[in-house]
Amino acid sequence: MKLTEKDIEKIALLARLELSEEEKTMYAGQLSVVLDYVEMLNEVDTTMVEETCQVTGLEDVFREDEVEEESNETKEKIIEQFPQKVGRLLKVQAVFDKRKK
Amino acid sequence: MELNALTIKQATTGLQNKEFSSVELTSACINRIKKRNSDINAFISVTEDEAMDAAKKADEAIKNGSSKTLTGIPFGVKDAICVKDIRSTGGAKILDTYTPPHTATVIEKILSEGAVLVGKQNCDAFGHGASNENSMYGPVKNPHDTTKVAGGSSGGSAAALADNQCLFSIAEDTGGSIRQPASLCGVAGLRPSYGRNSRYGIMPMASSLDTVGPMAKTIEDIAILMEVMAGNDKKDATTVNQEVPMYTKEIIKDISGMKIGVPKEYMELEGMDEEVKHIIEKQIEALKKMGCKIEPISLPHTKYAVPVYYIVVPSEDSSNMGRLDAIRYGVQEKGDSLYDVYANSRRNGFPEEVKRRIMVGTYALSAGYYDAYYKKAQKVRTLIRQDFENAFSKVDLLVTPTSPFPAFGLGEKKDDIISMYLADVFVSPGAVAGIPGLSVPVGNTKARLPVGLQVMGPRLAEGRVLQLGHHIQQAQS
Repeated sequence: MKLTEKDIEKIALLARLELSEEEKTMYAGQLSVVLDYVEMLNEVDTTMVEETCQVTGLEDVFREDEVEEESNETKEKIIEQFPQKVGRLLKVQAVFDKRKK
Repeated sequence: MELNALTIKQATTGLQNKEFSSVELTSACINRIKKRNSDINAFISVTEDEAMDAAKKADEAIKNGSSKTLTGIPFGVKDAICVKDIRSTGGAKILDTYTPPHTATVIEKILSEGAVLVGKQNCDAFGHGASNENSMYGPVKNPHDTTKVAGGSSGGSAAALADNQCLFSIAEDTGGSIRQPASLCGVAGLRPSYGRNSRYGIMPMASSLDTVGPMAKTIEDIAILMEVMAGNDKKDATTVNQEVPMYTKEIIKDISGMKIGVPKEYMELEGMDEEVKHIIEKQIEALKKMGCKIEPISLPHTKYAVPVYYIVVPSEDSSNMGRLDAIRYGVQEKGDSLYDVYANSRRNGFPEEVKRRIMVGTYALSAGYYDAYYKKAQKVRTLIRQDFENAFSKVDLLVTPTSPFPAFGLGEKKDDIISMYLADVFVSPGAVAGIPGLSVPVGNTKARLPVGLQVMGPRLAEGRVLQLGHHIQQAQS
């Protein structure tokens, strides 16, 4: 599978990664190599094979849906980490603003 | 012998007999880190003040007879594992300033047994790599030869231990990140069965494969640590609700008559280092003398494990990495729009390999490609699991090399992605299947680079895996 720089641009946009022109060229080459390599899996006949989604064999692990109140100390520590805040509120850029792309 | 070169077992005995104090033992480790960190770069953060406080408390506990399993023993933690109030970067600049408000369950358990944390260890960013060259805090160098890599992703954890900067390390293994650096640095490392140890508080990479386990100087120490770490945790729904065996008792059981399989697909791998192959073959001969029965085994889907791994991991990875948007924590870059804030923060905060995996995963999961990549890989994964199930219906354990080559040169594989991915060729199959794997140091090449033997067992058979490893080490001494 050969990926173009245009493909890389689209993937990078989906993944919220801003790439330089050199990076686009580099990743287009590298991702193509990786995708060619994993093509190897098409040699394997998997017509009657189930997927493995987990390996523990556990089913329906339930717990009571109860709120566990965190300590005030923990709450303050989480708030302290906010990169931008107004008082104790998290501040972000406008969500419904004009998007760059 | 210097205090920092002791095993957990030896140090515990020395502490209990008052031959030395935890303050002396911890200072010996801290001094070693200070002397060596500029060369080896095994630690991102050193927690000297906290460690000395904890060591004083440990000495008090020993004095008044209230010591526990790990009281006074200095250890290090991979930086991708959260410890409350201690900076935890995961090896990436996006979390350069992050200090978690919580501690991972396994670390909580180890601390509550009295162990002394000396610092957070360097790693490939969020576990992405096999050489520790993908850390944004610089590569870790192999203490046996500083022109070589320490392996990855838990390179700092293995190198710190091999260099006697701590008595044990706690790390993670998604596709080989404990076993491969342990092999390259000449220490023991266990990837437990998926679900055996809680992953609460571990920075996630590929959620259907991630595990957390110990590295130590001896298998006996690993057994001691696993008794502390293992068990069900309501904060991690994938942990199994099965009793934790007394691993320290399991390992001393007799191994005569044990059936050991040697998979031909591993031993016949093209490109395997001849010296590594020879050392492993010699060890297999030694196992015969120890009373084990050696049987050839075939795991026909072995060569598909790395391609399965490099679809499943980036896919799960790309969604886990999605949470790192620098909005609620982490290093936020400025931007005119919300998009720019995300994109600028992620551009500056992630190294190249993280971006590469995010893009491979985003592509593999995008509309129209899911069936061809992720679903296909998950089907082949079933066949790999079945290979192991078939093997374990015939033999008790499998032995293989841990890595096809000893530590390679810094920068040597950096531009050859596939060659770097193949460093995981012997460790990714077991990871994909969710079974336990242990790397035991079994010799050195002529250039004095360590070689590890991997022991794999059926799910939750950690006791048996460690048992063989322990007997191998006993026969060496």
